[in-house]
Amino acid sequence: MSAPVSPVAPIVAPRPAGLTDDTEGMAYLDKLPRRLVTTYLPLLVILVVLLFPFYWMVLTAIKPDEQLIDMERYNPFLVVSPTLKHINKLLFETQYPRWLWNTMYVSVAATALSLFASVLAAYACVRIRYRGASWVGAAIFLAYLVPPSILFIPLATIVQAYGLFDSPLALILVYPTVLIPFSTWLLMGYFKTIPYELEECALMDGASRWQILVKIILPLALPGLISAGIFSLTLCWNEFIYALTFLSSTQNKTVPIAVVSEFVDGDIYRWGSLMAGALLGSLPLVILYSFFVEYYVSALTGAVKE
Amino acid sequence: MADTALTQPAPAAFASRSAWARLRASRGWSGFWFMLPTSLILGLFLAYPLLKGIWLSFTNARIGRDGQFIGLENYAWLWDDDVFWLAVFNTCLYTLVASVVKFAVGLYVALLLNKHIPFKSLVRSVVLIPFVVPTVLSAIAFWWIFDSQFSIISWSLRHLGVIDGNIDFLGDPNLARACVIFANIWRGVPFIAITLLAGLQTVSPSLYEAATIDGASNWQIFSRITLPLLTPIIAVVMTFSVLFTFTDFQLIWAMTRGGPVNATHLMATLSYQRGILSGTLGEGAAIATAMVPFLLVAIGISWFGLQRRAWQSGGTDR
Repeated sequence: MSAPVSPVAPIVAPRPAGLTDDTEGMAYLDKLPRRLVTTYLPLLVILVVLLFPFYWMVLTAIKPDEQLIDMERYNPFLVVSPTLKHINKLLFETQYPRWLWNTMYVSVAATALSLFASVLAAYACVRIRYRGASWVGAAIFLAYLVPPSILFIPLATIVQAYGLFDSPLALILVYPTVLIPFSTWLLMGYFKTIPYELEECALMDGASRWQILVKIILPLALPGLISAGIFSLTLCWNEFIYALTFLSSTQNKTVPIAVVSEFVDGDIYRWGSLMAGALLGSLPLVILYSFFVEYYVSALTGAVKE
Repeated sequence: MADTALTQPAPAAFASRSAWARLRASRGWSGFWFMLPTSLILGLFLAYPLLKGIWLSFTNARIGRDGQFIGLENYAWLWDDDVFWLAVFNTCLYTLVASVVKFAVGLYVALLLNKHIPFKSLVRSVVLIPFVVPTVLSAIAFWWIFDSQFSIISWSLRHLGVIDGNIDFLGDPNLARACVIFANIWRGVPFIAITLLAGLQTVSPSLYEAATIDGASNWQIFSRITLPLLTPIIAVVMTFSVLFTFTDFQLIWAMTRGGPVNATHLMATLSYQRGILSGTLGEGAAIATAMVPFLLVAIGISWFGLQRRAWQSGGTDR
């Protein structure tokens, strides 16, 4: 991705590095029975293990209570007369919709903020190249390696001091510390692939830096923006330790926090709604993912490869 | 170079302009404005807390009360604390076992996915799903799968006639450790597999064909071609994996909260319990700060241990 672009390179937006080659290679040398044992069977086992928890989640969420606790009369792997009771209870008797809204609101706001900041930073590091830009680039990568687990205690005191405790704003301001290093690093890779000539032309035509960024760079780096955005959303949705530390009142919680803290009441019948909560909390991300798989993979691999 | 027009010093005509015009044309000045949002956020919420955390670890701060400087007292206290050392042991065990298994399984899955299989792209997308779903929510599913009474694993083993009673997965210290490590592996393998797969796809098939013609065995092809070419990306991926495994919090918190009898406490969870739940911010910060040297060693091992020569990533040997 960081390969120098030759002056005659056609102007194409960098595509996400998809995993969709169809080369057969030497696979035809393996006969079917051999492939069955060395490839298909292990793959099947791995897929089953990877997907089983989700199957179990769905099954538990739609199982009536008496089938959940009576494992002798009913086969636990199957469900007889599924029910929407747990999901119904979740949506109308708890504050689940509110938690879902909080999660979405915080994720979208934090993603927007960090995309804005990292587009500017990445552009400055790659193209303005002020004095010390390469050091700043390295520092941003190092920031990527600072884990939230060693920051949450001091951050809690800082959030308290700024009067942001128990407010979604605290999360919107703190999440970008995780997202900006990642997105900046990813976008720097994309910006590097855009030829200089385009910018030089625009400069000669009298465009300002800002105009160059908005009218030339951003449209060409759109796949990178989508990748960074999708991945940031996922990271925000996933975030746990900051939300757990900064939020205290029930109505302000995000889905991951609420599911862990609000349903754990020792009730033997809680499993249905717990699993329904986990399922509904995962579904938006899985749907988003299914639409943007290629961008997602390119974000995942792009940020690592650089 | 194609970029000379952008890197050369400003021509003399610029100098005769007004100070404002010169400022506007200056690289450093526009660079400053472009970097401002990022520097503000990272400075206020990353660099400052990092330093403040170290400072807090030398104080006796509690929630709602500013602490006083007490020197190394927190660390001396931790040094004699068995629970802290248990957490250190757990964290190292957790990181070591989970990282090694994740790497082995991840590489295996990547090799499988790199083969010619039907529904290739669908299978690849499905493999990544555990990574997409929020960790806490899948951890809760594991909590239910490992339930002491209604565990599906106990049920299956019972009906297969392997065991008589239910297994108390999360109640026995060693079993609980194994369970959280398993959940961590389950969640981490897709990330490693997909990134390694991306690395595998850059290896030219003609290398394999040439080796096959020369009579190389499958193992030789793997150890002499695939692995060396993959080393740079393995180093990066494993560094990230070790980093995030070592500082893991949410999986443990959702599944066991450190129990039974602290058997699954990691340093991060212990730090949360002491710092936030018991309110002794100073001690919690000391545990968090104590993670840093371990973390540096772990990253050092995975980075320098796995990093081979520079020519493999296109550089030159020094």
